[in-house]
Amino acid sequence: MAAVELSGAGPRGPRPKRTFSGRNIMIYGTLFVAAVYYALPLYVMIVTSLKGMPEIRMGNIFSPPMEITFEPWVKAWAQACTGLNCDGLSRGFMNSVIITVPSVIISIAVASVNGYTLANWKFKGADAFFTILIVGAFIPYQIMLYPMVIILRQIGLYGELSGLILVHTVFGMPVLTLLFRNYFTSLPEELFKAGRVDGAGFWNIYFRIMLPISLPIFVVAMILQITGIWNDFLFGVVFTKPDTYPMTVQLNNIVNSVQGVKEYNVNMAATLITGLVPLFVYFVSGKLFVRGIAAGAVKG
Amino acid sequence: MGTSVSVKDLTLQFGAITVLDKLNLDIGDGEFLVLLGSSGCGKSTLLNCIAGLLEPTDGQIFIKNRNVTWEEPKDRGIGMVFQSYALYPQMTVEKNLSFGLRIAGTPADEIARRVARAAEILQIGPLLKRKPAALSGGQRQRVAIGRALVRDVDVFLFDEPLSNLDAKLRSELRVEIKRLHQNLKNTMIYVTHDQIEALTLADRIAIMRNGVIQQLDDPMTIYNQPKNLYVAGFIGSPAMNFFKGEIVSSNGKQVFVCNGVEFSLDGYRATSGLTVGQKVVLGVRPEHIFVDETRDSGEFHDAVVDIEEPMGADNLLWLKHVGHVLSVRIAGNRRYQPGSHVRLSFDMSLASIFDQESELRI
Repeated sequence: MAAVELSGAGPRGPRPKRTFSGRNIMIYGTLFVAAVYYALPLYVMIVTSLKGMPEIRMGNIFSPPMEITFEPWVKAWAQACTGLNCDGLSRGFMNSVIITVPSVIISIAVASVNGYTLANWKFKGADAFFTILIVGAFIPYQIMLYPMVIILRQIGLYGELSGLILVHTVFGMPVLTLLFRNYFTSLPEELFKAGRVDGAGFWNIYFRIMLPISLPIFVVAMILQITGIWNDFLFGVVFTKPDTYPMTVQLNNIVNSVQGVKEYNVNMAATLITGLVPLFVYFVSGKLFVRGIAAGAVKG
Repeated sequence: MGTSVSVKDLTLQFGAITVLDKLNLDIGDGEFLVLLGSSGCGKSTLLNCIAGLLEPTDGQIFIKNRNVTWEEPKDRGIGMVFQSYALYPQMTVEKNLSFGLRIAGTPADEIARRVARAAEILQIGPLLKRKPAALSGGQRQRVAIGRALVRDVDVFLFDEPLSNLDAKLRSELRVEIKRLHQNLKNTMIYVTHDQIEALTLADRIAIMRNGVIQQLDDPMTIYNQPKNLYVAGFIGSPAMNFFKGEIVSSNGKQVFVCNGVEFSLDGYRATSGLTVGQKVVLGVRPEHIFVDETRDSGEFHDAVVDIEEPMGADNLLWLKHVGHVLSVRIAGNRRYQPGSHVRLSFDMSLASIFDQESELRI
């Protein structure tokens, strides 16, 4: 026995792996099904948006376009009618940008300081404050719609873009503060102590020590806010007027327009255009996003 | 030698938990004081109070005869070195060192001068342009020490500075910290749970337990004359051997009896403090027990070798003796097989006897 084992024959080196093992088939099969499940609707949207109406009427939604046309995209952007206006999504796009940019900046700026304070500068009642904030994160927005309308009317911001910006900033606060607080809590406390011994105060520690090492969580917050605010429909429709409708509301009005023929290709193109911004954000910052989500588990 | 740091009646409570209770401590100018204790004894808490990073519930803290109880950490004249180094990861070594000075608005040429001096003392000159991530653990800790150094502080505070390093680096940096203290002659307060660090570095050691200082003495006094059972058991590795028993009279002399076995107390320094019938604990360190050696006292105890642990210079024997397991340290070249019978004698002049009730040394 021993002689055979020591002869040099038999297993040696890495164990060979079979490509078509049951396990591999399960894993890749599941992944494939899931991927198709998610990719197919997107595919249908893209091909439909590139077809002309006659081709769509033929009814085969899965076939690639025989003749590629970008006219639906142009129409969706610049000509589609919503009620009285016939300048497509372009007006809504500008509105959405005007809403999103300040909302994202203000909410993140305030929430990061909130989170930093809650994590590092414990004040009397900090825990109670934090609990209230967390409760805020779980209350459905619909409950607060009407009171918010009254408040905005009282301060004269109802129907204004600035009013919607305020709403987005306020409603983003609980989740963002929680996010930043947890991130800053996960940073070594000794870093903060070292800063204090070195003579840095509240803002010096925040700007010179904490901010430079918090890029991942800022990216996470930015993605959450940009996509959340850009995709928002409810607040947009409640707190603005037709002139100031954000893109999502505009899109809804185009797609749900009851006059004339349903232009599926224009609708699909409009939807894709509206989705481009969040999509772009994901692609550009996806890697940082994952890093930020995982940041709590990694030592600095 | 004046006092450098003075802690008066310091009390700290977290809600209902009292971490420090009316603690008093005076640290001399240029003294190296080690706060030693197991985790949760309040030693780091005390250090954080001295640093100004924790607000005490009551009491006062003086540094250089100035009441700093309400002062910000930066105004106390202290520098602190942390266990996790706490270097600012986004800054180069140079920026890390100069951060405090830049905050304070020190002129650039003065900053450059001080950074250069610290870098020279700690031999980190070639690392100045690197970021902390590109440094080894020992280098990082050196930079952390440098950060305290550049600020020209009166008192250095160390919070378990070597605990994150591996054994070899730890002993290297231990020597460096000692050399640094010899050269700078600053007051240093050093928190650790490692008794080797405490014994090797300290001018005086304060052993803490449950927020109370058990004993404050120089290392050799702590080692040889532990004030109570806790200190005796805490200091020394392997730990002191303890025998529970009582004092009886035999042939007109006081002897110690444990499990029916008599121990002569000849040579014990304080037999007058003992009374017949007193319940006591006898403590003998592993190196104060002799194996198979002729002794004047003539009293021998039989024991059996259980386990032998050769450590190179020393050989550690674990022996079975009157229902106890004893550790005995002998020279490394004397070897015993498990199961062999040996004769023990005890050096009573270096032993300690504690009252069972009060746990104090007699």
